[in-house]
Amino acid sequence: MKTRNSHPTLQVVESPGQPAPKSPEAHVELAGVTRYFAKNDSKELLHALGPIDLTLTRGEFFSVVGPSGCGKSTLLDAIAGLSKPSSGTVTFEGQPVNGVPDGVGVVFQEDASFPWLNLRDNISFGLRMAGVDGAEIWRRVDYAMGFMGLNDFANAHPSQLSGGMRQRVCIARTLVLQPRLILLDEPFGALDQQTRLLMGDELLRLWRETSATVLLITHALDEAAMLSDRVGVMSARPGLFIDIVETGWERSRDSRVVSTPRFGEINARLWEKLRVESLKVMGAH
Amino acid sequence: MRVGILIRTWEFEVKAESLIRIAVVAGFIVLIELLCRSGIIPSSVLIPPSAMFTHGIDLLRSGKFDHDIVTSLVNIVAASIVSVLLGFVLGLGIHALPSVRRSIEPLLSSYYAIPTFIFYPVFIVILGIGSLPIIAIAVMLSVVTMITATLNGLDRIPRALHKSAQVMRLSRWRSAIYIKLPATLPYLFTGVKLSVAYAFIGVAASEFILSGSGIGYAIGYAYNNFQNDDMYSLMLFVLVLVTLVNSVLNRIDQRFQARRRR
Repeated sequence: MKTRNSHPTLQVVESPGQPAPKSPEAHVELAGVTRYFAKNDSKELLHALGPIDLTLTRGEFFSVVGPSGCGKSTLLDAIAGLSKPSSGTVTFEGQPVNGVPDGVGVVFQEDASFPWLNLRDNISFGLRMAGVDGAEIWRRVDYAMGFMGLNDFANAHPSQLSGGMRQRVCIARTLVLQPRLILLDEPFGALDQQTRLLMGDELLRLWRETSATVLLITHALDEAAMLSDRVGVMSARPGLFIDIVETGWERSRDSRVVSTPRFGEINARLWEKLRVESLKVMGAH
Repeated sequence: MRVGILIRTWEFEVKAESLIRIAVVAGFIVLIELLCRSGIIPSSVLIPPSAMFTHGIDLLRSGKFDHDIVTSLVNIVAASIVSVLLGFVLGLGIHALPSVRRSIEPLLSSYYAIPTFIFYPVFIVILGIGSLPIIAIAVMLSVVTMITATLNGLDRIPRALHKSAQVMRLSRWRSAIYIKLPATLPYLFTGVKLSVAYAFIGVAASEFILSGSGIGYAIGYAYNNFQNDDMYSLMLFVLVLVTLVNSVLNRIDQRFQARRRR
């Protein structure tokens, strides 16, 4: 189990390429996960990701930052079981991942709300498909709508809402399924800075209440620094973890940590590594 | 508050646009009426719109063309149903086979360059005289727009919706029924709307050359026998019918389009 210091210090894992230690608390484990894609109109393969070795402990909030095109979303897809790695294995709760396992919820960057359904039906959709009992569906939906501040819009359709509200709907739709692992692929990418900070607070609250393990893919260093227990920095393609930073925040943290000196330290540490990788990507173009 | 003002401004603009449109059509009708009544346009060429209307009411009351109207409507409905269902199924099939699609797509995009009606002798030889060749030509005219709409709709399902179905661990069948079909519906409906319009054109035009009954045939017959009042009243009837059907379909389409906005 991860220890959280009351007086946190910055800890950096300098050899992230080494296999992560097996832990009884391991919730998600990646061993040698590598992904190649076929290049368009060519037999040549593009090495997009890995090999990645990573262990997420149960209840941990782990963020991944990295330059554009480094394979962050590919990594998330592999963990979610949305795509199969070219080599290596992903295990979730001790079971190898082949297809999306039960207990995994994903929130995407793109708007994934169903435009033909109102908010209540959007949020209850997954439960109805899973055959959950009617009374239980509405209990969970009412809770999720209250939690995400959507009660006033129960009968509205997504087209009547802002981007931030629609993303809340997608988070609520994931929340009602009570996933034990929540994967978020740049969920706040399209939102303005203030909304992102507030949505971050809501996400932390959700994480605390559900005790789920969270993996967040993000472009925003401040978002990663504020929300996470650990932040993994990925290299330019092929994506590898070149640095894993332990933030040491208390579990009860919120967006106010951005005004602490430590937040600046973490941000600086992340940027120091990421700057070099981002320059590599820019140089490649 | 600002949103409210914007909505009110938009509603005012829409109302103003509608009024201008109605005024243009009404002005045109009044102009034709005056030109006919003053004798500038002789009655052997065109009868006044008011006469078309009153004569049309008389024709409907007398039931003189009931058989033709029913025949045409049955043909239009049959052609619409066949082209919508066939177009949808073919669209699904073509979408599922990318290599077939790549080879067929240039043919689909240039399809409407073909004057479908030139094939009418072939249809008579194969299907004989009657409703079948008329429906066949109308289907031929309208089916491709439904295929294109189906392909367009399936292409435009957002990737996030496909992934959401996977994350919810839906079977292919449930994913198709509960996510892909509703996501595609606005595009499919655009296809339905166009298919119905093409079915109208196909049936009416085919009846001129292929049929012994139907509104198209009746208009042709009236023309050949100098029955201008019957001819123009039937034309007006077709115009009113098409406008009504199109208005209903447009209203439904607008609802779908409003939902489609993301």
